[in-house]
Amino acid sequence: MTNSQTKLKSTRAGFDEGLVLAGEKNERVVALTADLKESVCMSAFAEKFPKRFIEVGVAEQNLAGVASGMAAMGKIPFIGSFAIFSPGRNWEQIRTTICYNNQPVKIVGSHAGLSASLDGGSHQMLEDIALTRVLPNLIVLSPCDAIEAKKMTVAAAEIDKPVYIRLSRAETPIVTSEETPFEIGKAEIFLKKKRSDLSTDLRFNLEDKERSDLKKSEVGIITTGTMVHKALAAAKELSESGINVSVMNLSTIKPLDEKAIIKLAKETGAIVTVEEHQIAGGMGSAVAELLAQNYPVPMEFIGVKNQFGQTGTYEELLNFYGLNVLHIKQAVRRVMKKKG
Amino acid sequence: MLSDEKIKFLGLKANEIRRTVIETLVNAGSGHTAGSLGTADVFAYLFFHALNHDPKKPDWSERDRLIVSNGHICPVLYATLAHASYFPVKNLIGSLRKFGSPFQGHPQRDFLPVLENSSGPLGEGLAQAVGMVLAEKIDSGGETSNGGFASKFFFCILSDAELQEGSTWEAIMLAAKEQLGNLIAIVDRNKIQIDGFTEKIMPLEPLREKWETFNWHTAEINGHDFQELDEAILAAKTFHLKPSVIIAHTIPGKGVKEFENKPEWHGKVPNKEEGRQALEQLK
Repeated sequence: MTNSQTKLKSTRAGFDEGLVLAGEKNERVVALTADLKESVCMSAFAEKFPKRFIEVGVAEQNLAGVASGMAAMGKIPFIGSFAIFSPGRNWEQIRTTICYNNQPVKIVGSHAGLSASLDGGSHQMLEDIALTRVLPNLIVLSPCDAIEAKKMTVAAAEIDKPVYIRLSRAETPIVTSEETPFEIGKAEIFLKKKRSDLSTDLRFNLEDKERSDLKKSEVGIITTGTMVHKALAAAKELSESGINVSVMNLSTIKPLDEKAIIKLAKETGAIVTVEEHQIAGGMGSAVAELLAQNYPVPMEFIGVKNQFGQTGTYEELLNFYGLNVLHIKQAVRRVMKKKG
Repeated sequence: MLSDEKIKFLGLKANEIRRTVIETLVNAGSGHTAGSLGTADVFAYLFFHALNHDPKKPDWSERDRLIVSNGHICPVLYATLAHASYFPVKNLIGSLRKFGSPFQGHPQRDFLPVLENSSGPLGEGLAQAVGMVLAEKIDSGGETSNGGFASKFFFCILSDAELQEGSTWEAIMLAAKEQLGNLIAIVDRNKIQIDGFTEKIMPLEPLREKWETFNWHTAEINGHDFQELDEAILAAKTFHLKPSVIIAHTIPGKGVKEFENKPEWHGKVPNKEEGRQALEQLK
């Protein structure tokens, strides 16, 4: 899937750089953590802007409420913890003090998905997309690599709304470049047809003329976060067997880029969603809600099936829960059969 | 020291507020009576004496902030804001808890923008107040000449029973750690909650010692005595490196004999006849 030259970096590390950039651009940016400064990658910000960094201790409920109060006084607070604790532990504080009060707090949940791999099921967060995408006013973001996480962090600071950013601890391939467009609310198609010239590090951008070839794809894969590079690898392998698929990086899970998703469904006639999250209530569910009402097509869902996680290496867990390249390829073949 | 005239004036205001609370609750048909009547003196004191605010300029950035954590007592908040001229009293009387009204069942800023916070779920307001003071502390760059860091004060009203929420104590710890001298919490110590008396449901005593141990400046007063309220607030303002809590002992349902000290009036409202009788007592 990835060769030795492929650059690996976690999305939390990208956030680290983005937070410092956001802090340099706007002195209203402040950061708060609940005893996880290093793990959530807030150390660089804390070192650079010590007066704008608050440590609240192991108290995630307070983390959310305090940030709401700071935002009410004009600050742009980023609150960081493991996703299991924020938005897990403090969901109601996020709902009431941040979303119901419509305060532009940026909730940063790291170690999402299975990426707290060796810590076991208690620390793995497979329910955060479900928890956050039901909250009015809240924007839900999920970066596909460190570069996108960096851009997303800067963009989140600039939008006057509450935002959730889902981060991973896993070191995954960089699949975008500094030039890849990123805009909150806009989905990007990364791969849509056979590309024998696909670079080994999966780093590519599409020319406009290539976009018109989208209709040649037989299946659209809609994916997000750490699963994007897996979907790209699956697409590449499928293209070698003569199956053309498009891969959409759905980095904004709420609000959905409805136009782009419906367009992909129309052009391919079959959709596979892939996410490192419970299938129930996740990104795939959001896509299904949209397509069921607007353009129903056969779908397959890749995600965790009503199970908790467990201890293992990240790759072991991806294999066990059916979230690897092989499983994506199988889902594509299944959905093609449904399509007839 | 408050002058006798001032004390009389505040008493009259508190009585007007209580009357409006009764009228709005009778029309609403549901809501929280006991805490609203019990804190009317505290609200009258704050809005007609202690708070630095301007009803004509509710967005004035230098205003003192009042965070109401126990949003269920909003009938007294709405009534006080009305009597303080934020909006006409007549707008409030018939519209509490009515569809499309600014006066939602629990306070909501989108519907009533003069509010500092939307609230309802207990145990959250103190954290928001702490966040506000922290933001102020950052903006001031630290200390000012008087040893404090801000020209404005941040008041937070809490119910006693919401001290049973663990999240309140998270905020209490942070405020002490960050030495938030401009934060003044007022606990409505009326000793009742929905299911009964606090000391039976989940004892809070020794309450003052708890806050003291958490490194707050504390005071314990009669929440119906304007002079005691004033002395406690003035003293609290001199603690520049410690947040302050004023435990205000109040009588739930204060002013209407039939409602006083009865837990069942926590979340119940008077019917028309009970309302008429209550207004007789609040002349």
